[in-house]
Amino acid sequence: MSLLMGALTLGFIFSLVALGVYISFRIFAFPDITADGSSTLGAALAAMLLVKNVNPVLATASGFAGGFLAGTLTGTLATKFKINGLLAGILVMTGLYSVNLHIMGRSNISVLGSSTLSTYAERVGIALAHDRSFHVMGWEVTAMEASLLVASFLFIVLAGCVMYVFFQTNLGTAMRATGDNHEMIRALGVNDENMIILGLAISNGLIALSGAFIAQYQGFADVQMGIGMVVWGLASVIIGEALVGTRQLGLGIAGAVMGSVLFRLLVAIALRLGLSPNDLKLVTAMFVFLALITPGLLKRLNLLKLRSSRA
Amino acid sequence: MLEIRSVSKTFNPGTPNELQALQAINLTVNDGAFVVIIGTNGSGKSTLLNAVAGSFYVDSGAILLGGADITKWPEHRRAKLIGRVFQNPFSGTAANMSIAENLALAAYRGKPRRLGWPLRQPLLNELRDRVSRLNMGLEDRLKNPIGLLSGGQRQALTLLMATWLRPEVLLLDEHTAALDPKSADQVLAFTDTIIRRDSLTTLMVTHSMQQAANLGDRLIMMHRGRIIKDFQGAEKKRIRKDDLLARFEEVRRAELLDESAAEMLRRAYI
Repeated sequence: MSLLMGALTLGFIFSLVALGVYISFRIFAFPDITADGSSTLGAALAAMLLVKNVNPVLATASGFAGGFLAGTLTGTLATKFKINGLLAGILVMTGLYSVNLHIMGRSNISVLGSSTLSTYAERVGIALAHDRSFHVMGWEVTAMEASLLVASFLFIVLAGCVMYVFFQTNLGTAMRATGDNHEMIRALGVNDENMIILGLAISNGLIALSGAFIAQYQGFADVQMGIGMVVWGLASVIIGEALVGTRQLGLGIAGAVMGSVLFRLLVAIALRLGLSPNDLKLVTAMFVFLALITPGLLKRLNLLKLRSSRA
Repeated sequence: MLEIRSVSKTFNPGTPNELQALQAINLTVNDGAFVVIIGTNGSGKSTLLNAVAGSFYVDSGAILLGGADITKWPEHRRAKLIGRVFQNPFSGTAANMSIAENLALAAYRGKPRRLGWPLRQPLLNELRDRVSRLNMGLEDRLKNPIGLLSGGQRQALTLLMATWLRPEVLLLDEHTAALDPKSADQVLAFTDTIIRRDSLTTLMVTHSMQQAANLGDRLIMMHRGRIIKDFQGAEKKRIRKDDLLARFEEVRRAELLDESAAEMLRRAYI
């Protein structure tokens, strides 16, 4: 039960990464891999501030702001300096590695001694449950686990709704149109470069926010923790698209969240069944690879069938 | 009023692919004038439209529109004054977004995009009203993605978008060339109606001599980055498709003569 709840909580927290990747890869069709660096940046900033006893809400918000800046930088490199999008992401991500080390002062720091959003949630949970643990359908559940799960769920629902509404405002539709057809949106008087910069900023802000949450959930920030974040996010988005079967905005957002949760559950099950954590990233990469080529293979297969049936 | 003052543009200067696309073009278009531009392939007619729209900056000369010198304005800033329809029906609309969202984007052309809600009831009513006048039955499909529509329907909607807010100048770049004949006629009829109704200042590039003869009140012929002929008023009204074809033949022959003469000289002296 504790494993399941942990997987769900992680799934909700990581769905911020999925939402970020959804913005860059799906809305803007921009292969932004800054995420690996900005996720750690969010964690590092939040952890460093928490150790200094800064208010957890403020520390978490700083994590978001850090990612926002990182995304702005990638966007600026890609648009104003005309650097290839992938390369712009690689440059910022690589630079961020040193920045993150500087922020933390060493390769990892613990926040277990500080008051964090996790301890906040735990306190509220205990107050509501009047006990440190309780039973759900015969299973013992600690108030801390339950409150973290509920808190992360509520937050992600809120974030998803805000995102859904935002992308239907004047600014949001202009951003979606930029990803869809930049020639058209320029002809309608929108500076498409600024739209891309803002989009990547929001995307990386969300990803850094998830990093800040993760640091507080697991109790530490580590300079390596962001590696593979883009692929995980992409895997979630792809699973989500398979679940909802469309790229329509609202369903796409819901799908990304559901994909993230499902992905985390699959990971938890695979680890339980004996998959070595060392192989996790390889398996994920292969999964994304298969998901990317399958539609093309199916199309070819159908064509072949069509031909043979005609012959 | 649109004023183009000795505008030049050379692509790939200093390379073997150097192309003098525009050579000191001068053109003044009065308010409400409907100018049709024809020319051989690579004559610079589309380049002229793109120079006005700001797809690139010109090498020399100035472009004035509605009293403002827009020569150094970036493309998105000029869009406030300009409505555009491209040759490719896919270029003018965002395929994954609904018809209503696309039109709403156009209703805010040149205005700052903030957090306001685009699809408010008054705008929705106006959308329905204006779209129904296309007589394409699209007014009941406003929520559908625009990518599901045919090229002709998308081009008609692009035209509606380009003229939603009255532009200082409307730029049409062979906007019916990629359509089947029936859709092309439909879009062309709608084009003429809208331009006449709102007396829009228009530059229209076309490959079709028929269109060039029938439409507009001024006709410009381009060749090798220059304006070689400018028919206005009564002269434009008299002109027929065959006259234009004859003109082109003339240009082509002069060209042949030039080329063969040059070749002869080269052989004799090099």
